[in-house]
Order: sequence, then C-alpha cells, then structure tokens
Amino acid sequence: MSQPHVALFATCITDTMKPSVPIATVKLLERLGCKVSYPERQTCCGQIMTNTGYWDEAVPTVKNYVRSFGEYDYIVAPSGSCVGSVREQHPMLAKHAKDESLAREATAVAAKTYELTEFIVDVLGVTDVGAYFPHRVTYHPTCHSMRIAKVGDRPLQLLRAVRGIDLIDLPKAEQCCGFGGTFSLKNPDVSIAMATDKARHVRSTDAEYLVAGDHACLMNIGGVLHRGRSGVKTIHLAEILASTEEAAA
Amino acid sequence: MTTTARRTPEPGTWLGIPVFPKAAKQSLQNAEQRKNLAHATGTIRDKRIVRASEVPEWEELRTAAAQIKDRVGRHLDQYLLQAEAAMTAAGVTVHWARDAADANKIVADIAKAKGVDEVVKIKSMVTQEIDLNEHLEAEGIAAWETDLAELIVQLGHDLPSHILVPAIHRNRSEVREIFVKEMGQYGRPAPDGVSDNPPELAEAARLHLREKFLRAKMAVSGGNFIVADTGTLVIVESEGNGRMCLTLPETLVSVVGIEKVLPTLADLEVFLKLLPRSSTGERMNPYTSLWTGVTPCDGPQDLHVILLDNGRSNVLADPEGRAALRCIRCSACLNICPIYERVGGHAYGSPYPGPIGAILGPQLRGLEGANERALPFASSLCGACNDVCPVKIPFTDILVHLRHKVVEHKTAKHPTGEQALMKGAGWVMADGKHLATVQKGSRLAGKMFGDKWIGPLPVPLAGRWLQARDVEPPPTQTFRQWWKKEHEGGAK
Repeated sequence: MSQPHVALFATCITDTMKPSVPIATVKLLERLGCKVSYPERQTCCGQIMTNTGYWDEAVPTVKNYVRSFGEYDYIVAPSGSCVGSVREQHPMLAKHAKDESLAREATAVAAKTYELTEFIVDVLGVTDVGAYFPHRVTYHPTCHSMRIAKVGDRPLQLLRAVRGIDLIDLPKAEQCCGFGGTFSLKNPDVSIAMATDKARHVRSTDAEYLVAGDHACLMNIGGVLHRGRSGVKTIHLAEILASTEEAAA
Repeated sequence: MTTTARRTPEPGTWLGIPVFPKAAKQSLQNAEQRKNLAHATGTIRDKRIVRASEVPEWEELRTAAAQIKDRVGRHLDQYLLQAEAAMTAAGVTVHWARDAADANKIVADIAKAKGVDEVVKIKSMVTQEIDLNEHLEAEGIAAWETDLAELIVQLGHDLPSHILVPAIHRNRSEVREIFVKEMGQYGRPAPDGVSDNPPELAEAARLHLREKFLRAKMAVSGGNFIVADTGTLVIVESEGNGRMCLTLPETLVSVVGIEKVLPTLADLEVFLKLLPRSSTGERMNPYTSLWTGVTPCDGPQDLHVILLDNGRSNVLADPEGRAALRCIRCSACLNICPIYERVGGHAYGSPYPGPIGAILGPQLRGLEGANERALPFASSLCGACNDVCPVKIPFTDILVHLRHKVVEHKTAKHPTGEQALMKGAGWVMADGKHLATVQKGSRLAGKMFGDKWIGPLPVPLAGRWLQARDVEPPPTQTFRQWWKKEHEGGAK
C-alpha cells in the first residue's frame, strides 16, 4: 500500500485539555508510515450538544466536520466516543435539519472516519506497532468505543503486543465509569457513585496506569483516583502505543 | 361522617417521590439496598448471559422479535380488530379502554355486576400502571396480590421497584418482619415462630394465599401476549399463582395493553424463547398458560379482556420513539443498567423503572411533569441496555430523541440558561477559528494554575464535578498551537 494520507481529528477535548494525546497519535501514525494532516478548521463531533438535546445547535458542527474532512481518504481520531458520534449521529442531525445533501455528505465522511485502533489494525494491518512500555497497566474499554464505535478487541490486540507491558484484567471492565457527558452534571450523585466504584476496581488491580481509548472517561476516573491520592496514573492508549524504547532510554 | 376502614394495606405513593436526580441521591444513601441490588442484578445478569449464549440463533431471534413487533405496530388497527373478533367468537367479552380511568371503571363494574367484593390478582405491570388496586379499594373491592414479591410489596405498604422482582429492594429478614406484622390483619397469619429461611417464608405465603384462592370468585390478570388470529391469551409466570387465578375463579378479567398483540401462534414461539432467558435467566419459565375463550365446565366461565391504550397510540405516532412499544417487560435492561443497580426502582417515580421506564414513562405520560422531563437524562448513554434487549429497542437513540423533545418543550416557553450555554458551544464548535479564540482562555487558566491540579471549588456546574474529582490544569499550549509550531506556515 502506498503511503496512507491521514487527516487527524484531534477532538476538541484533547486538543484543548490534553494535547499529549493527539501529539502521540501524530507520532505513532508517522512512525507507522502515514502522512498526517491536521485540517485547522476542525472542532468537535457535537456530541455535547446532541446528547443534551440541543440538536439545532449541533448541526453547524456537522457541517464543519464535513467541510474539514470531506476531501480526505482516512480520518482518524483517538476517541471511540467522538467517532461513534460522527457515525451514528451526524446523518441523523442532518436529517433533523432536513438537509438531504448534508445527510449524504455526512454519511460518506462518516464511512471514512476511523477510531485509532480500527485504523491501525484494519487499514494498516498492524498489531505490533513496536511500542515499549515497561509498566503494570489495566485497560478500561469505555462504553462508546465498545458499544457505539464497536472497536472490539483491537485495543487489546495492540496492547498485548507492547514490549515490557504487564497487562492486568480490570474487574467489571465493561461497566460504565459514570461520565456520560452532561449526565455527570445533571445527575452528579449517581455519576460519582459509578466513578467511585470504577476507581475502586482500578485500585484493586495494583496497576501503575489506567489506560483507555477515550480521554473523557480517563478524566472522570482519573479525577477520582487523584482525589483519593491513589497514585494510579491515567494514560491514553495512543500515548502507550507511541512510547518506544529509544524514547524511554 | 364515617370513614370506611380500608380492606387492603395502604400502599406507598409515587406522588411524594422527587424528580430523578434528587430521588436518586436519596436512594444512594441506602447502603444496604445498594448492596442487595448489586448482588441481585449481578446474579440475574450473569444467568442471562449463560442462557442467551446457549442459543446459537440468538441474534436472529432478536431480529425476528423486533420485526414482528414492528409489523404489529404498522398494522395495529387490523390486528386489534382481528383479535377482538377471534376472542368474541370464542366467548370472551372484549372491552376497549382509552385510559386508566376507563379500564378501572370497567373492572369495578364487572365486579359489582358479579356481586363480588374481592378479587385475586396475577402479577401485572399494566394494572400497576393504571393503579387498579387503589381504584378498586375506593369502590369497596379488595384486590389481593398473589405473586410472592407483589404480596411482600402489598403487605409492606410499599411500592414495586423492579418489573420482574418488585421486592428486589427487600432482604429476607425484612420480608419476615412484614409477614409477621401484617399477614394476620388481612387473612391467615404467618405461622408462629416463622424464621427468615426462604422455604419457611414461601410456606407462610402459600398458606396465607391459599384461602384467598379458594374463596375468590373473580381474578384480574394482565397478559403477556394476545394471538390475533386465534384470540388466545398468554401468561408467562414462575410461581403457579397465576395458574390458580386462571383456573379457580368463575370470572377472569384481563387488562392488556394494545401493543401486546401478536399475529399468529408461530410468532409466539419466538417470544417464548427470548422472554424467560432474558428475564429470569431460565431456559423456560415454570408456567406458561394459553387460553382461548370459554371451555364449558373447565376454568372461568365468564371471560373479559380489556384492551387498554393509555398513551400507547401517542407512542406509536412517534417514528423515533415507537420502538419502546416492542417491550415484553423482561427487565434485562434494568438488570444490566449501572444506574438502576445503584439507585433502585423507586427513584424513577413510576412502576416502570430503569432504562425502559426512562423511555416509556415520558412517552406514555407526556412531558408536562417535571420527572417525565428528567427521566430521559437519567442515563449515561452507556448503551449496555441496547445490547441485552431481546427485542432490540434502541434505548440510547430514543433517550437522545426524548432529550431533544424535552429541550424543545422547555425552550418553547422561555429561553433557559442551559440553552444559552449550548448556543455558545454551538458557535464555538461551528468553526476552528472560534475554537482557537476560546482556547486562549483555557491557556490563560493553565498559566494561572501551573501544574497544580484543581480541587473542590464552590462554583456552579463545575462544582458538581469537583465534589469528587480533581481536574488536571489545562495546558498552556493546545494541540492546535503545537501543530502550528511543528509545521511552520500552518497546516496542510
């Protein structure tokens, strides 16, 4: 395959709050032989508006996504949740706006949008990305990666191939961490109860790092872990996969 | 003025329960209930997975069930008339009820015409929905619940908290206390010295109920399915109390939601495979009763079926919400739900709790009530319910659809603060240039906080997050800036 040209969808949350995640994504994809572009027009998947019920307010985001990424063959994001929203909600929002041509474009662009591990495993055909991470790690699959984007065991395939890693199963891994976007503000007590249980399961593994493919969930669980002075650090999947022996040395 | 004494235990009331976020907060304080619920839902959840995985064509069955239910919805008018004709031909008196008041009046009128002042009941969600027992009580007719868990709820002056196991919030020592204190006031008392050993409690219930079964002249049931082409009613149950109610009394009245119709007996097969495995985690439930009209000298000789709308036509009219009518009340969505597991059923404020309650309640009852507007938000949209539902209800899609309806309902009256925030977010996210401008603010905050994590702060909204979670300070350089520096002259 000739050099794949990838447009990075950095996602608004990591672009603003955790740039190390998209930076790691760029470095990883370049190391795997891709040409990476960052269309500066891009913003967000619009999920915060859509899932709070503000569909009219989310429609401009769909238009902006289509304009930002329409010309690329591959759009890759380090988030199952944002990718899930692009695939499942963008066409719906376009139909809501009664914009048939936008619905067609949104469907077409969504079909070219990949979650990072899907792109690496399915398109590049790689499971050993040459990463090195000599630490005890537990993996939280995140609801939207698992159930909306349906990334399956691709993240685990990639993690298992990382040299030096000690990967521990997380008890009740498939249960939600309680983030849920504005759910955490509208139902703060239930959200905290869920996050606290998740943090307890993480601590029971004695892992040094909690890894996941969605930064928002890591912010939620990591926030509780930090408040409890647990010493467990959170890290995005892209950051582990981008780590190399040379960089560690 | 004299007040007549009640015949049955005064139940709890849904009316005093606050809107979901508040009610949930109260429920979360109940550590014992949280432990009971986590254990009980975890056990049923694991059994369901085993039983579903035994059926190689499980996914095809789910698809078939969804398609059958959707077909019923598309041609509901025809199937209902067909069912009415078939039932009438078999000797059933068919009644139509637009709402709860209609249905309750029909049941009470039948009881009065028969001259009975008490009825035995099979566990049914629809009679909970219309609050039939309290209506009958007001008419001087005692309605006795005969399902064990419903009996616990009734004797406990309580409310159901689960579709399948309505007393899931009670443990056995509480059940013993309720039996000892209450049974004697409404019939045969619990045996002296009864312990909280489950077989002893079951025996106490059996003896208490037996005299009611033998005395009753009229029974009231719901119905899991009505087969349209034969006019057959179907009830699926576990304890045999249903079989007693369906065979002993002279008169049987079944209140059934109009969405419960199935075209043919062949369609029933699909659901009888899916329902027990999804609900109790059993291959087959102990008692499945099918009856087609009156059989002379065998079972009830006077059969009535009340076909109830009570908001269902409105649900059917909404293309995005109508899949909720596929529900067969298995409660798999409750058992898998991380929110139900922690707060229990009462917090949802109606007999339909959990994910199905969050999508069905607001649709059946409309969005005028504050709790109906809160329920679509009582979900983290984790999607676990979507995957276990035997009729493939797209819960999260319907929740998001209802959230949109709630927003339209609220903002139609006057603009809200939340709306202003979301309009702001909409503007920011409409263009990368707008986002870059706003990111100047996050970078400034990053400079203020340095590398110190942000702890609890008494601020609106963010304060709710910071109650339990620290936040890493925002970085002084966004990814957007990093990219610009790395690729001089800008992107592309």
